[in-house]
Amino acid sequence: MSALKQRKMDALDARLAGLTAPEGGVWITEARAAARKRLEAMGLPGPRDEYWRFTRPDTLNAVEAPVAAVLDHGDETPVFGEVDRLKIVFVDGVFVAEESDDLTLEGVEVERLAVAASADIHWAKDIYGEIEALGQTPVDRPHAALNTAFATDGVLIRVNGKPSKPISIIYRHESETSDAYLHHVVKLEEGAELTLLENGPAAARFNKVVEVDIADRARFHHVRAQGRDHERRAVTGLFVRQGAESLFKSFTLTANGRLTRNEAYIEMQGDNASAHIAGAALGHGDFHHDDTVFIKHDAENCESRQVFKKVLQKGATGAFQGKILVERGAQKTDGYQKSQSLLLDDDAVFLAKPELEIYADDVACSHGSTSGAIDEDMMFYLRARGIDKETAMDLLVLAFVAEAMLEIEDEGYAEEITGRLEAWLHRRRQG
Amino acid sequence: MLEINNLHVKLEEEDKQILKGVTLTVPAGEVHAIMGPNGSGKSTLSYVLSGRDGYEVTEGSATLEGEDLLDLETEERAAAGLFLAFQYPVEIPGVGNMTFMRTAVNAQRKARGQEELSATDFLKEIRAKAKDLKIDAEMLKRPVNVGFSGGEKKRNEILQMAMLEPKMCILDETDSGLDVDAMKLVSDGVNALRDDNRAFLVITHYQRLLDHIVPDVVHIMANGRIIKSGGPELALEVEKNGYADLKQETA
Ligand SMILES: Nc1ncnc2c1ncn2[C@@H]1O[C@H](COP(=O)(O)OP(=O)(O)OP(=O)(O)O)[C@@H](O)[C@H]1O
Ligand SMILES: [Mg+2]
Repeated sequence: MSALKQRKMDALDARLAGLTAPEGGVWITEARAAARKRLEAMGLPGPRDEYWRFTRPDTLNAVEAPVAAVLDHGDETPVFGEVDRLKIVFVDGVFVAEESDDLTLEGVEVERLAVAASADIHWAKDIYGEIEALGQTPVDRPHAALNTAFATDGVLIRVNGKPSKPISIIYRHESETSDAYLHHVVKLEEGAELTLLENGPAAARFNKVVEVDIADRARFHHVRAQGRDHERRAVTGLFVRQGAESLFKSFTLTANGRLTRNEAYIEMQGDNASAHIAGAALGHGDFHHDDTVFIKHDAENCESRQVFKKVLQKGATGAFQGKILVERGAQKTDGYQKSQSLLLDDDAVFLAKPELEIYADDVACSHGSTSGAIDEDMMFYLRARGIDKETAMDLLVLAFVAEAMLEIEDEGYAEEITGRLEAWLHRRRQG
Repeated sequence: MLEINNLHVKLEEEDKQILKGVTLTVPAGEVHAIMGPNGSGKSTLSYVLSGRDGYEVTEGSATLEGEDLLDLETEERAAAGLFLAFQYPVEIPGVGNMTFMRTAVNAQRKARGQEELSATDFLKEIRAKAKDLKIDAEMLKRPVNVGFSGGEKKRNEILQMAMLEPKMCILDETDSGLDVDAMKLVSDGVNALRDDNRAFLVITHYQRLLDHIVPDVVHIMANGRIIKSGGPELALEVEKNGYADLKQETA
């Protein structure tokens, strides 16, 4: 074994020593064991791993979660506060029944993983750890395997119809040392529809996996706001499998956060499917934000769209790794990828690695990555109309992220997210 | 209204003098025109008056109703009543024209200690004014100037002027790119705003515009200076003979 590999294995051994294998029924025990096996073949990511070139994995690997101060949100109402939704609340990764709604909603079965895990047979068996395992090729995602092996709670959602309201998972961070794992599974049956909302900082360190199985003609919308606790660290994995004519749309807002690594793996298995994934990230200081996306086109006439925008200043770092893989036979693929950063001063860094890998001949794929400052001509034009410098700056920042925001289909949610952005800009100005 | 005295301007980045002693007074209620060859410094003058970065005033002064313009931030100049219709209006993807205009109107009202316009009042006003300029509602919804034709951009400038009701309006080649009908619309827009408490400085290459917006005084700018001022007949002279004779006269 090479020295590098040895280091990865040592890091894993150290981490595993601090964890106890959870108990459960047959289905989950098997899934966890398989994940553990995957994990033991990979080790934890090392600083030399190509996939971790832009982001240091050490604090995500560490045995103990680094301490993260809890932010006092004052009287601020959390995002989606006005939305009629089914609420499920986790504080530092622990389910809070008193603050959650009854887990009943017409057209949906909602169950906690902690409950389902004690059964011996469960529908989630075909998904839990399965889509995550798909996403382990061609690149290792050890934190996701770690999650599958050790998560004890999360939400399992099976959708048969078109529920009247969204399911909303709310995270709160109250302990400075919390180290949380949550694993959610969403299964959309043929023609079903669901909107999943997520918001809030979950813990001092958060490892989350969401697996989404979208059957033919089903539609899934996902809007998340990752909370503005500055000290927290998070590694999240979104694993998606799509059937024919299905739709997947996901948008993430990240404002602040010491370390965020949002991975997504989307596999399009049915023809004529559509996958859109977008994000807006804003940060300053020791903010580090990494979007790592992998989209695999393995069917004909599918469309995928990645739009990621980052607004960085005062030492902040943004990273983007995005890949479109078009398999042989995935003809008429339409793949679009855009990652851009707006650097508000000279002291911010944007690192990007856009990639295309195409094995079909009749495809249209494009990618573009840019990094730039506020446009002086636009700034002057706005100010010449009497708009002060700060307001003009805010308008231009909002304009910059607008293309990502367009990926939120529902105008109400888009407005909620815009409200968050405006508040963030306002606070940034207060210092 | 606007008083410019011996204004010298160079580029900040390089040692290039662009305005070499411009002196010009536009009293309230009057319309003055500036004509002059390409590169003579007309746009530079309008930018310096509006406070664009990149220029350095090395000598001279500019005041608006006695207030030192050069001392103010760009947005303060706007709030003080200065308006520049850009020669090249800037496209701002992602910012809706409506949002932009409402933000501008309210920013100026706020700076002047007036109450902000309510959304309904603003809508009513902008719709009426847009209609006068034949700007359709769809254009108002689009991002600022994005995908607008040359003429649409210029009409959008005049719409902004009509909404902001400035005291001192500088129009930099607002006529270029306009078809005959649009020229008439824009001129009507300008003429409607003409009154005793407002002044205009109209930069143009063509006498044609001055048939519609009849100026009180025409100035000829060449090589960073006003080389001649006169009545509307001066524009006709330029149209006929070009600038060569005039430059000769003052050389
Ligand atoms: N930022 C700049 N950098 C370099 N040169 C500049 C800059 N701004 C102005 N100039 C130069 O100053 C001179 C005057 O330019 P200006 O745009 O003011 O001319 P103008 O009279 O408006 O011309 P036109 O009739 O073509 O619009 C030109 O030679 C121009 O190239
Ligand atoms: Mg010019």
